[in-house]
Amino acid sequence: MNTDVSNAHDEHHDADHDDHGPDKGIGRWLFSTNHKDIGTMYLIFSLTMFFIGGAMAMVIRSELAIPGLQFVHPEFFNQMTTMHALIMVFGAVMPAFVGLANWMIPLMIGAPDMALPRMNNWSFWILPVAFGILLSTLFMPGGSPAGGWTMYPPLVLQTGDAFPFLIFSVHLMGISSIMGAINIIVTVINMRAPDMSLLKMPMFVWTWLITAYLLIAVMPVLAGAVTMLLTDQFFGTSFFLAAGGGDPVMFQHIFWFFGHPEVYIMILPAFGVVSEIIPTFARKKLFGHDSMVYAASCIAFLSFIVWAHHMFTVGMPLTGQLFFMFATMLIAVPTGVKIFNWVATMWRGSMTFETPMLFSLAFVFLFTIGGFSGLMLAVAPADVQYHDTYFVVAHFHYVLVPGSVFAIMAGAYYWLPKWTGHMYNETVGKLHFWSSTIFVNLTFFPMHFLGLAGMPRRIPDYSTQFSDFNTIASIGAIGFGLSQLIFVWVILTAKQGPKATDRVWEGSHGLEWTVPSPAPYHTFETPPQARIANEAFE
Amino acid sequence: MIRNTILSLLGLSLAGTAKADWALNMPKGITDLSLETYNLHMMVFWWCVAIGIVVFGVMIISLIKHRKSKGAESATFSHSTTAEIIWTAIPVIILILISVPTAETMVKLEDSRNPDMSIVITGYQWKWHYKYQDSDIEFFSSLARSSVEARRKESGVDPFSVENYLLDVDNPVVVPRGAKVRLLFTSNDVIHSWWVVGLAIKKDAIPGIVNEAWFRANETGTYRGQCAELCGKDHGYMPIVVEVVEPEAYAAWVNSHDAEQ
Ligand SMILES: [Cu+2]
Ligand SMILES: [Cu+2]
Repeated sequence: MNTDVSNAHDEHHDADHDDHGPDKGIGRWLFSTNHKDIGTMYLIFSLTMFFIGGAMAMVIRSELAIPGLQFVHPEFFNQMTTMHALIMVFGAVMPAFVGLANWMIPLMIGAPDMALPRMNNWSFWILPVAFGILLSTLFMPGGSPAGGWTMYPPLVLQTGDAFPFLIFSVHLMGISSIMGAINIIVTVINMRAPDMSLLKMPMFVWTWLITAYLLIAVMPVLAGAVTMLLTDQFFGTSFFLAAGGGDPVMFQHIFWFFGHPEVYIMILPAFGVVSEIIPTFARKKLFGHDSMVYAASCIAFLSFIVWAHHMFTVGMPLTGQLFFMFATMLIAVPTGVKIFNWVATMWRGSMTFETPMLFSLAFVFLFTIGGFSGLMLAVAPADVQYHDTYFVVAHFHYVLVPGSVFAIMAGAYYWLPKWTGHMYNETVGKLHFWSSTIFVNLTFFPMHFLGLAGMPRRIPDYSTQFSDFNTIASIGAIGFGLSQLIFVWVILTAKQGPKATDRVWEGSHGLEWTVPSPAPYHTFETPPQARIANEAFE
Repeated sequence: MIRNTILSLLGLSLAGTAKADWALNMPKGITDLSLETYNLHMMVFWWCVAIGIVVFGVMIISLIKHRKSKGAESATFSHSTTAEIIWTAIPVIILILISVPTAETMVKLEDSRNPDMSIVITGYQWKWHYKYQDSDIEFFSSLARSSVEARRKESGVDPFSVENYLLDVDNPVVVPRGAKVRLLFTSNDVIHSWWVVGLAIKKDAIPGIVNEAWFRANETGTYRGQCAELCGKDHGYMPIVVEVVEPEAYAAWVNSHDAEQ
């Protein structure tokens, strides 16, 4: 420490400078190292992608509304299903959770910012580039990738000019995710408030910590898989080409070694969000906090040893099938623990039903339905019938839309007053909830029947016996799409409501509610006092 | 009836032309193993219903009774080791009850020894090729003419006017009832998947790999299916038709084929 008077003055001036608000103009966003700004950008980016991917879903459902080809050619239809999945998985759901993490993890653990703010800036700004590249393929000769988001060779190698762009954009998405994950791990491990032991961390922080490890473990595997595709296509290798001694099924093993943990990357943070919200509106502590942590860790571990349940039809040896079936069924146990614990949290609580709670309750109901169809899919002989049909489409949309997306919506409504300093319009929020919930079921529930009756997925046209449920699903999809415009309205008018208190919700607990609403540009520049931190937990 | 009501409620004009019936569930199929598959499917389904009734029941009671507007005061309990052991143990027991019969069926599914006949099925973009081993019958099987015309965009043909729209082929596979038929799958280009829901067989046809499945049909009839693995532009247009006939009729079919060649 320098005791020189003029130096001391300079230091004081620097500190003052930090207290100033954000930079003015576009520079604030381009060069931002502030976790709140970066979180906001992630969330806006994710919402944009949600609408782009959603528009593609509208194309798909319009074409499928009645039998016969009405609007698009089969080639373009396949491009839409492929791009819809890539954009929703990597562009909408994952960035939304990273956005929530950026905003909330430092506030929840009493840290001034993310541990690696410049890398944080990078991991965000890579995303618009990655998706700019991916979307530009729509205008290339041969169109965008059409071999499915799973990119199975040899089909994916038939992609036109878009092929290297697909690979490159997947690489970029992976780099962005890995950097985001490193940042979250370093922040959570090193920057918690002084007396916050690991087991005292809020569930959202916990589930994100586990998710971040999953990301670091599997994104490089995806990068490796797509790199092998690239060398097979351009550099004469034959990793996956039977003609050169390669094995097309090996790609599927590598892909799903990434792909199954990816499923949990998209659902564990959702578990975290819901575990924050239900206790708040039940006015009761989360039931079995520690067992929730162990359950999430169990799920993460099991997610590495179940990948071939996506491959029961590729011709695996019997012992392999049995192993992957039993391992997959085991996941039902920790997942059940989570669901039972949420129900036990509600039990003998004092519940109110604001929009975040409504979305969380719908999450528990509808994610459980997706879990049931997941259990059915684990039964290998039955999976042979379900595999690659609309039953599977129904299953994963139940866990991803009223699962992950509803949790994101719940989180957005829950923390919006903390972000903006104003209450959103509760009536409009409830309208958004009810129309989303009704239409999401109208869209995806009939798909179970379609799959069981024999309708394969990824087809642009179908036999007339499937027409009724397809029509219902299409009506539901358009309704669900339009319902999301209500959410945009909520966001656009978010600052017009009454002022929010610091605590925002009567039953809220945790450090994020000890800072003013809206949260100032810089928070927790000094770690919160032990006493305050403790109070926030009780 | 129900579908007409719903469709007219939705204001759709399709109701008059559609003759399809509502299929809500997996068909039982025509082999012993397709029936076993169906039974497994129903067993897990009913387990899910039972678990759902308990979980959703408790949740709904809680949502009704334990609300602040009814003056509910929140309790303070936040864990119970006993409860958590119970709801870990019960699912484990249910899973064991599910896995035992499932594993038994899986062993049978893999047992393709001593077949009466074998057919090699090769996937092409976008048609199937069938070769009967032990005979020189082989042929391609592609989408039937009637659907080829109707499927085009702006074809002007109403799909409802086409019989078995997108599910009919020019040359169906013919097999005798009661024979153990072994199927060998491979592909000439990309991965396809041969699926006939009534036989409960779905197997990937993969270039460079030969996969195996078998069935023994108990009933005669025509059974339809489709390619189940995305294989490019016309993935939706490579259906499968299996005709199960009495052994005598099968012998006659083989003879007529030999005469043709
Ligand atoms: Cu999986
Ligand atoms: Cu296909």
